[in-house]
Amino acid sequence: MKLLEYEAKEHFRRHGIPTPQGRMITTPREARDYTAELGKPVVIKAQLPVGGRGKAGGVRFADTPEEAAEVADALLGMRIKGLTVEKLYVEEKLSIVNEIYLGVTVDRRNKAYVVLASSEGGMDIEEVAAKTPERIVRHLVDPVHGLRGYHGNLVAKRLGYGGRKMLQFAAFVESLYELALEMDAELTEINPLAEVEDGFTAADARLNVDNNALFRHGELEERLLESYQSELTEREMKARSKGLTYVELDGNIGIIGNGAGLTMATLDTVMLHGGRAANFLDLGGGATPERIGEAAKFVLGDERARALLVNVLGGITRCDHIAEGVVAARREVAVEKPIVVRMMGTNEEEGRKILKEAGVETLGSMEEAAELAVKLAEAS
Amino acid sequence: MTRFIDKDTRVLVQGITGSQGAFHTHLMREYGTKVVAGTVPGRGGQTIEGLPVYDTVVEAEESHGVDASIIFVPAPYALDAALESVEAGLDPVVIITEGMPVRDSIELMARARLSGTTIVGPNTPGLIKAGECKMGIMPAQVFKKGEVGVISRSGTLFYEVAAHITRVGLGQSTCVGLGGDPVVGLDYVDVLRWFEEDPETEAVALIGEIGGDAEERAAAFIGDGGFTKPVAAYVAGRAAVPGKRMGHAGAIIQGSMGTAESKMNALRDAGVAVGEFPRQVAESLKELL
Repeated sequence: MKLLEYEAKEHFRRHGIPTPQGRMITTPREARDYTAELGKPVVIKAQLPVGGRGKAGGVRFADTPEEAAEVADALLGMRIKGLTVEKLYVEEKLSIVNEIYLGVTVDRRNKAYVVLASSEGGMDIEEVAAKTPERIVRHLVDPVHGLRGYHGNLVAKRLGYGGRKMLQFAAFVESLYELALEMDAELTEINPLAEVEDGFTAADARLNVDNNALFRHGELEERLLESYQSELTEREMKARSKGLTYVELDGNIGIIGNGAGLTMATLDTVMLHGGRAANFLDLGGGATPERIGEAAKFVLGDERARALLVNVLGGITRCDHIAEGVVAARREVAVEKPIVVRMMGTNEEEGRKILKEAGVETLGSMEEAAELAVKLAEAS
Repeated sequence: MTRFIDKDTRVLVQGITGSQGAFHTHLMREYGTKVVAGTVPGRGGQTIEGLPVYDTVVEAEESHGVDASIIFVPAPYALDAALESVEAGLDPVVIITEGMPVRDSIELMARARLSGTTIVGPNTPGLIKAGECKMGIMPAQVFKKGEVGVISRSGTLFYEVAAHITRVGLGQSTCVGLGGDPVVGLDYVDVLRWFEEDPETEAVALIGEIGGDAEERAAAFIGDGGFTKPVAAYVAGRAAVPGKRMGHAGAIIQGSMGTAESKMNALRDAGVAVGEFPRQVAESLKELL
């Protein structure tokens, strides 16, 4: 779950991480009033859970309260990467000496948190990592001992800081790591971290919280739906409300599978036979006939889907349940669409019998089923 | 060589009274797994499936001489459950639980490293030694004792490939589900090292998916001569859209990193037979053996 800049900065301040003076606003009038209150030039930033807002025109400057109101008026309601700007963050404009990158994320390979820092701030850090890896300072945090003061000093030294600035930067590193742990961050980063005359301050803030850890962050659980709204399409939101794991794609063959790996393999097989999937829908383990029916109805109800391909490996999930669900969904959906079912495993014979009686095509091989679904989608 | 599991492995089920725990305990025993006890804090003294339930792992261990543990407890309690088994000296510890916070996984793996304990998962279908011991939730009917070791991050895709292996007349030695989470106990290289030494494994089926760089590292390990037996592979996710999450925490592509193409190319360059479809993994192995 991606927190917005202004929310992330609230957590930063709680951990003693220096941030510029700023406030979240939702109207031009508030922008004007707050700029007047600050009494200095400001930067006004669209609050969106996506990167690249600067390039898209979502970050602008204003010297006076009136100008701030105008800029806010222009930004509010703007569409950036498919999202509407509803919130802005007004912040004092900084005189930046240097832009730094600092982040904490999970290193899968080493099974630990890693601190990443670079003097090439303000840029896409993945690009820096790819082109000039020597410009990135990497410190793997020992999960047993944690990040100690001297580790922060080392990171600061390797960025070229000494004396007071070294201590200031080291404190930044330590606080950001503590924040990452406390907030169960998948990623927290500051890009750019502004080096100013007398120290450092977080000019931007990103904090992505591990969804699996939301039970430890009750206050964020309420925000989850809202955060999905900005990340998911309308159909994906609808699927989520039905408890379905669904990703919208741009093809014309509806796909239902069980397990992420097998469902992805189904998408691939359809693609290799010249077709395109309209969606990814993973039933997960042990789906009941009702749940399967719900899923099948949802995919059949997608007007873009010209055919439905169901690919299930029966384990905990029973093939007869799959058959019952599919047959029930077909009965309930008004539009007639071709359905191809491939299933294997638990109660396969019973399932095939149910489908045969209902006149639904069943195949034993994933490739044959994909090929047939592609053909039927083209023909209908 | 560390032992994974076999017909003599004495298994403890943590979270045995939950619906998944009870259901799979039944199926594991049906397969022949020596499940000897279960634990659920607060339920000590009860019995389920004819097995004694204990409050703590230490009590179960002292009464029954338990070797290994399989965990079905809900995600918020999974770290505690796993640490309890690691401290009690059980090995391997298999975590079926989905949705464990990554911070908890990091803490667990650090602790397990200190004692050299093998953690399988979290978010794994588990592991199976065909014909001897099943510590997991995989459908037993697709497995047949044989010569192919299987390593997979995904569950159902792993069963699909295992079923093809059986269909072409081969069978499986040990199969390991690594788990779909970003941080898991074992990676391909760990298991390849083990299979290299395992006399019952003559070849390996490696099943990958988009995200991360575990498959690329496996390819490098094979390419450098770390694994010398034949390998066939399948990688899912060629049709996936970058930035879209396909179910597993692991199955997300970020930028150009961890695409199916990059993994398939790396494996091919290492001399692995890479299939376009899952069935071809089994067919390649049939030719190679």
